[in-house]
Amino acid sequence: MAPFNQKMAPHDLKLINKLSEIALNIRKNSLIMTTKAGSGHPGGCLSCADILAAIYFHQLRYDPEKPDWEERDRFILSKGHAAPALYAALAMAGFFPTEELLKLRKIGSILQGHPDMRKTPGVDASTGTLGQGLSIGVGMALAFRLDNRPNRVYVLLGDGELDEGQVWEAAMSAAHYRIDNLTAIVDYNRQQLSGCIEKVMNLEPIGEKWSAFGWHVIKIDGHNMKQILDALDEAERVRGKPTVIIAYTVKGKGVPMLEKSFLSGDCKYHGTPLSEAELAKALEELHG
Amino acid sequence: MAEKLSGTRDAYGETLVELGSENRNIVVLDADLSPSTKTILFAQKFPERFFDVGVAEANLVSVAAGLASAGKIAFASTFSVFGVEKTLNQFKQSVAYPNMNVKLVTTHGGISVGEDGSSHFCIEDIAVMRSLPNVTVIIPADAVETRAATRAIAEKSGPVYMRLSRPKTPQIYEDGYKFQGRDLKFEIGKSITLIEGGDVTILATGVMVAESLQAAQELARRGIRAGVVNFHTIKPLDKEAILRAAANTGAIVTAEEHTVLGGLGGAVAEVLVEEDPVPMARVGINDTYAESGPWRELFAKYGLTSADIVKAAEKVLKRKAK
Ligand SMILES: Cc1ncc(C[n+]2csc(CCOP(=O)(O)OP(=O)(O)O)c2C)c(N)n1
Repeated sequence: MAPFNQKMAPHDLKLINKLSEIALNIRKNSLIMTTKAGSGHPGGCLSCADILAAIYFHQLRYDPEKPDWEERDRFILSKGHAAPALYAALAMAGFFPTEELLKLRKIGSILQGHPDMRKTPGVDASTGTLGQGLSIGVGMALAFRLDNRPNRVYVLLGDGELDEGQVWEAAMSAAHYRIDNLTAIVDYNRQQLSGCIEKVMNLEPIGEKWSAFGWHVIKIDGHNMKQILDALDEAERVRGKPTVIIAYTVKGKGVPMLEKSFLSGDCKYHGTPLSEAELAKALEELHG
Repeated sequence: MAEKLSGTRDAYGETLVELGSENRNIVVLDADLSPSTKTILFAQKFPERFFDVGVAEANLVSVAAGLASAGKIAFASTFSVFGVEKTLNQFKQSVAYPNMNVKLVTTHGGISVGEDGSSHFCIEDIAVMRSLPNVTVIIPADAVETRAATRAIAEKSGPVYMRLSRPKTPQIYEDGYKFQGRDLKFEIGKSITLIEGGDVTILATGVMVAESLQAAQELARRGIRAGVVNFHTIKPLDKEAILRAAANTGAIVTAEEHTVLGGLGGAVAEVLVEEDPVPMARVGINDTYAESGPWRELFAKYGLTSADIVKAAEKVLKRKAK
């Protein structure tokens, strides 16, 4: 059967508008879901919404009717705390009814606080402990190459997550094995849980680090849909080495109050949802 | 009776600040979780003695070992699941084996983490940590005991693992570390008998001590005299207290927010089987992964309430009668 997501001609305006609309929806749902759940991580959901829209509604091959379809591409949300954004994308893609979204974090729900591949259709890897997704992706990519299969693997990482040594172990091995069916994307919002990365753990020069590890590096504005699509295309063309897309993003993107709060150095909304009143205001103000 | 709730991690953070003023050798490390573990209180007061290593738990533990080897008393904190499970080898190799003065104090232990779900639960730590020679393993029953325990482990040289909780939990002690007016002293390795038992004794640790006290009340209503002993230290294990309870009541129930495999129940069973095999039952999580949800609901679903303890007590009493 034909894959659900036929790639459209690259990057015409219609496509970009469609994807931006979807990203907005992911943001909206992430905020509602975390507020209704009473816990969760809104900031890091908003920074990766555009990337998720591009991945799930343009780049990835999958079939929501057959979540285990062997020919599908894989997506790993290594920064698992952004699960609400992933769930919103999966629901829109048709993996499960959107009503499920409001059961996030409730007892008995298919939507766990962090991604669970055994409970949620469409989730390709269980994450939540930071630092493991890229290694899992390396394993998947090696298996696909062994079997001469065309499946591609995408891994989305947080920048704070890059503090984990295992990320660099995985980075080294991906380059060593010349894996080119794997694309890593770093949600470079320059914030982690307890502060901005310059304060907690400096990552610069980030591009040089990845290229020293043998990766092809692309830096983009992670909220510019055309740049996201172009980078994903470029990554697909690179041969003999893995590609990392460093997406410069804004934590809390789209909600002025959140953007301001993070910029001021306050990390409260990393792991605290908006109150009902804040949510109402945020939904009014939300923009792409 | 309205229960009073208080935060073990708040008590920990506040006590660290006190200790920091008293002793310049105290240093504190964290792995990008200081607002959650409450080491942020120490960080604000003593920024030069606080080290955030970022989201890098393996590094956290080994850097703490380095500080300790140069004479510091190093408190290292993160969530239990990461502090124990991401660093087991680092903890063994750089802390436990060379007997370093490192206190690995983790918060968000057990499943009372709640909504974050299984990726963030830690129900294996007692089993893992008590298997390491040199390591002291402590789970305070409430916030009051956490203050006493934090002071005690700072004074004790050598590796310590202490587990605290995310939610505010029932406070069983009066402020100043008293139980029903009785003054207590926190001694590492010495359990605290809260209620003397006649028919059965419940040995509990952590938040399950509060559940056990409730269970004892319910059992009393049913005419069963149940004792409750707080095992705030799981290693070194208070063997004497276990054998005394076995001798006095002839039936034992253990209760812990941990898998039933290898935790307090396992430790108590090891002692009883070798020395006085009275009937016993273990209350804990039954070799399964839990799920996201409000913690009280999870306790009910996964068998960690006073009702589960009552059931277990009635079961062992039947075996005792045979
Ligand atoms: C191994 C591990 N350590 C700690 C945590 C707790 N934690 C959750 S999110 C987070 C900060 C992550 O920062 P970043 O990767 O930059 O995420 P973002 O800012 O994109 O939300 C931390 C420390 C975790 N989930 N896993």
